[in-house]
Amino acid sequence: MTQAFKRLRGLAGAVMVLAVTSLLIFVLIDAAPGDPAEIMLGTSAQADTLAALRTELGLDRPLMVRYLGWLAGVFTGDLGQSYTYGVPVAGLIGERMLVTLPLTLMATVLAVAVSLPLGVMAAARPGKAGDGLASLFSQVGIAVPNFWIGLLLILGFALNLTWFPVGGFPGWGDGFWAALWSLVLPAIALAIPQAAVLTRVTRAAVIEVTNEDFIRTARAKGLSRRRALWRHTVPNSLLPVVTMLGLQIPFLISGAVLVENVFSLPGIGTLAYQALSQRDLIVVQNVVLLFAVIVLAVNAGTDALYARLDPRLRARK
Amino acid sequence: MTRLPKSLIIGAIITAIMVGAALLSRVWTPADPTGMNIVARLKPPGAAGLFGTDQIGRDVLSIIMAGAWTSLGIAVVATVIGGGIGTLLGVTAAAKGGRLERLVMSFNGVLFAFPPILSAILLGALLGPGALTSIIAIGIFMVPVFARVTRAAAIQIWARDYINAARMAGKGDARITMEHVLPNISAQIIVQLAIQTGLGILSEAGLSFLGMGVSPPTPSWGRMLSESQTFLDAAPHLVLAPGLAIAITVLGLNLLGDGLRDLTDPRRGQNG
Repeated sequence: MTQAFKRLRGLAGAVMVLAVTSLLIFVLIDAAPGDPAEIMLGTSAQADTLAALRTELGLDRPLMVRYLGWLAGVFTGDLGQSYTYGVPVAGLIGERMLVTLPLTLMATVLAVAVSLPLGVMAAARPGKAGDGLASLFSQVGIAVPNFWIGLLLILGFALNLTWFPVGGFPGWGDGFWAALWSLVLPAIALAIPQAAVLTRVTRAAVIEVTNEDFIRTARAKGLSRRRALWRHTVPNSLLPVVTMLGLQIPFLISGAVLVENVFSLPGIGTLAYQALSQRDLIVVQNVVLLFAVIVLAVNAGTDALYARLDPRLRARK
Repeated sequence: MTRLPKSLIIGAIITAIMVGAALLSRVWTPADPTGMNIVARLKPPGAAGLFGTDQIGRDVLSIIMAGAWTSLGIAVVATVIGGGIGTLLGVTAAAKGGRLERLVMSFNGVLFAFPPILSAILLGALLGPGALTSIIAIGIFMVPVFARVTRAAAIQIWARDYINAARMAGKGDARITMEHVLPNISAQIIVQLAIQTGLGILSEAGLSFLGMGVSPPTPSWGRMLSESQTFLDAAPHLVLAPGLAIAITVLGLNLLGDGLRDLTDPRRGQNG
């Protein structure tokens, strides 16, 4: 089989997965109780007014037509109107992403900044104190729920020390630093479980590469332990770490929903959660699709990056 | 005699204590976990019980014990069902290969796009909150995890010589899977069961924290944490007990899983 054919098949597979995922979301939301027209107009609305609104919203069309209409909207950026806010869903999502995106990015950067040195330190001297510390951190970090870390951080750094706000988000318009500052505690809460997983993976990967022949050769050539570690071992250990970063995305997204709730941040997780309780199902539907697309895209991206970073994998394909 | 890994012993002890507390709560708790006593509200740990009392005077230790039953129950049921379906898909994919394997892996891809919180938001719209929603939401995420692990492990078994021998003896794919593949990958499945149950507990706690888990008055660790937010300043003990209960239970299950892995695959024990 040629490379081009394989690539085409991979692409077709990805499109199929996306199609099935979106259809699944649409059908489930469609089956959910709650008439959008009734939610918009209230239960006391006249029957003919409700019927008119239903026609206007296109709710009287067949399921498949509505599904395809929604998909077409997804590609043109028209996701429909929120039932409760009465504004375009796309704008609502865009606005909330300005909180969630910096939050998750900050958490990822923090997690990598902590886990990479910690994992490498643990692997450089296995069984020593540093290794013990790293393994304690990763075991505890994986077990602790991030929303609990959030509550403890609020208790310690917001209520007792008053260094940080207890919650809320001032908005980027009211000063960049104040907005960033209000994301620090949530980002730490989100980062700790991520860092714990990454520390573990980094340690295992570095130890595995250390035992490879080319590292022994590098050492035999007279390279110092430290130089061999940072020049040869660490760069060659990054693959599993990158993969794990990709695999952690679903947990990062789930975590964001919880942590935003703890810190009352107006992010996309809060939007989804509030939309659910207000039965603003069109918002739920679009946010869930967005999250699913992010997870799928990051997975596909990780696979592609994997092949790029390890030439051996490309040859084997 | 081989020495048991330390993590296995510690993990088994912690898990046994938590499971014991959950079982004990069915027949006995220090106080009624749903019994209100407004006079004794928000009392710190001490005279008013080992972990103090909550905002309506209930004994926190008793709610933690009863909550263990909820958390462990939902996590175990979800993991066993999701893990069972995932394992079935994984070993079938490994046995059949080709188009079926690709189909299973694509299906996996779809399920993987739905972390528990997301499924719960979607299912919550359809079914409303509750134990069933939690179990389905957590179980769905377990399917691709188990399918991936068991497929990878089963493919290795299928490459062995004794499989060829079984084939020549006239055994079919299903019989070889039952008699040779599953018994040889059971260790990996058990390790995953322990670790994923831990993840299930974290997910269940998250769902009930958001109000999408079991409904009151059924005690749950996640909801205890959610309710403690209002009294963070006045009664910090309400934040500590349920959080510790979650963390210790998950830690125990993870250590148990790691220990079992070291026991069944000693090479991994040395390299991490």
